[in-house]
Amino acid sequence: MTGHVEARAALLLLADGRLPAGGHAHSGGVEAAVLDGSITGLRDLAEFLRGRLATSGLLAASFAAAVCRSVRTAGPATELAADVLAVFEAEVDARTPSPAQRAASRAQGRTLMRVARAAWAVPAHPAAPHHCVALGIVAAAAGLEPRDAALAAAHASVNGPATAAVRLLGLDPLAVTGVLAEIAAEVDRIAAAADTASALRAPERLPAGSAPQLDLLAERHRTAEVRMFTS
Amino acid sequence: MHLEHDRPLGGGGAPAASGGAGPRWQSPPGTPAGPAPTDRALRVGVGGPVGSGKTALVAALCRALAGRIRLGVVTNDIYTTEDADFLRSAGVLDPGRIRAVETGCCPHTAIRDDITANLDAVEDLESDLGRLDLILVESGGDNLTATFSYGLVDRQIFVIDVAGGDKVPRKGGPGVAGSDLLVVNKTDLAPLVGADLAVMARDAAAMRGGRADRPVLFTSLRSDAGASDVADWVLAQLPSPARPQ
Repeated sequence: MTGHVEARAALLLLADGRLPAGGHAHSGGVEAAVLDGSITGLRDLAEFLRGRLATSGLLAASFAAAVCRSVRTAGPATELAADVLAVFEAEVDARTPSPAQRAASRAQGRTLMRVARAAWAVPAHPAAPHHCVALGIVAAAAGLEPRDAALAAAHASVNGPATAAVRLLGLDPLAVTGVLAEIAAEVDRIAAAADTASALRAPERLPAGSAPQLDLLAERHRTAEVRMFTS
Repeated sequence: MHLEHDRPLGGGGAPAASGGAGPRWQSPPGTPAGPAPTDRALRVGVGGPVGSGKTALVAALCRALAGRIRLGVVTNDIYTTEDADFLRSAGVLDPGRIRAVETGCCPHTAIRDDITANLDAVEDLESDLGRLDLILVESGGDNLTATFSYGLVDRQIFVIDVAGGDKVPRKGGPGVAGSDLLVVNKTDLAPLVGADLAVMARDAAAMRGGRADRPVLFTSLRSDAGASDVADWVLAQLPSPARPQ
């Protein structure tokens, strides 16, 4: 009697900041930026988030969408083709020059895969893929579309760092929500661009947005004497 | 491995109110702790407010147990790796047996709401070191409501100290009321801060429903560097094949 109902609730679950997927311990460079004085308040934070979204956000969203598309095309496999995933992993590695960022991405990929295995039919391997690769795998397992995976990745690229800024600077959380709402349309745009790219391009030609300042912040953070966030 | 315990803190049920003094979070009647695991290390959480002596207690337990059972420690610092560094420098345990988890300003989140990074850490300890008997998971200093998820640990110890005042047990909360073992630390300071240990013992027992399976121990690590009563309790939690003779 019922027609096809598009999966929406699963997307909300996947993008929920309270999803126990390990993200709460990562600031995405915000802690290092607070320490070096480049984020001191709401305006700085908004600019930081816009820059992050346009670079590493686009990259993550493109790979999440591409992996989701690849898994969906391959059918409801319980074990993903290792060679296909290895290509995506290598491409993300090549786009992530900071070892600290690669480690943070894989740590979050591992924790996301853990919670996803409790929620959906997600295979045991890969155990610790890049976070954006994990998002693509999980989105497909949750019955979501590539554009949903892209949106979740783009959202995560700003939402977690914004929360970290609230904790680190004592910013007004309501005002920070206002900032996130301001850039929500950009999140949608980035997700749409990522989805389109994932449909048209091979893995090696997916967006390679780069933010040298984020790389430097990540590297500096790993050697900081005092550190509250993992990244 | 996620423990998938279906065991609420304090054994389930709604918070109860005590007469007269307003509502308190008391221990409801419930089920005893589940059986100790036999296919991996027993995981024991050590939580409690800032400064109550969690790290010192973990160091004491290492001192007492490291030579007797296969032991690992995971720390959850508020920031950086202060507690892990302290344990390493105290020389009570091989540094390779200590892992630090960073908690993003939210120690309670890492032990209760999002335990994934801690699960990674406890699993990594056993995959790197081989089979262990016991892993102590020390929380970052938080407050009276910060307790462990039973998806992460099998047992939890909540540590308070007399210097916070003898009213602390009366305040209750999930840690005081529902932990498997309540430790009241720094008893040597009681005369200096005017804390009445008998009052603390009475209030703690009341908050914990007077249950024999949920004991309260009083410790002074200054006079007992191996926290022998706590160490004995921990050993008694191990499955019998893992218990040293």
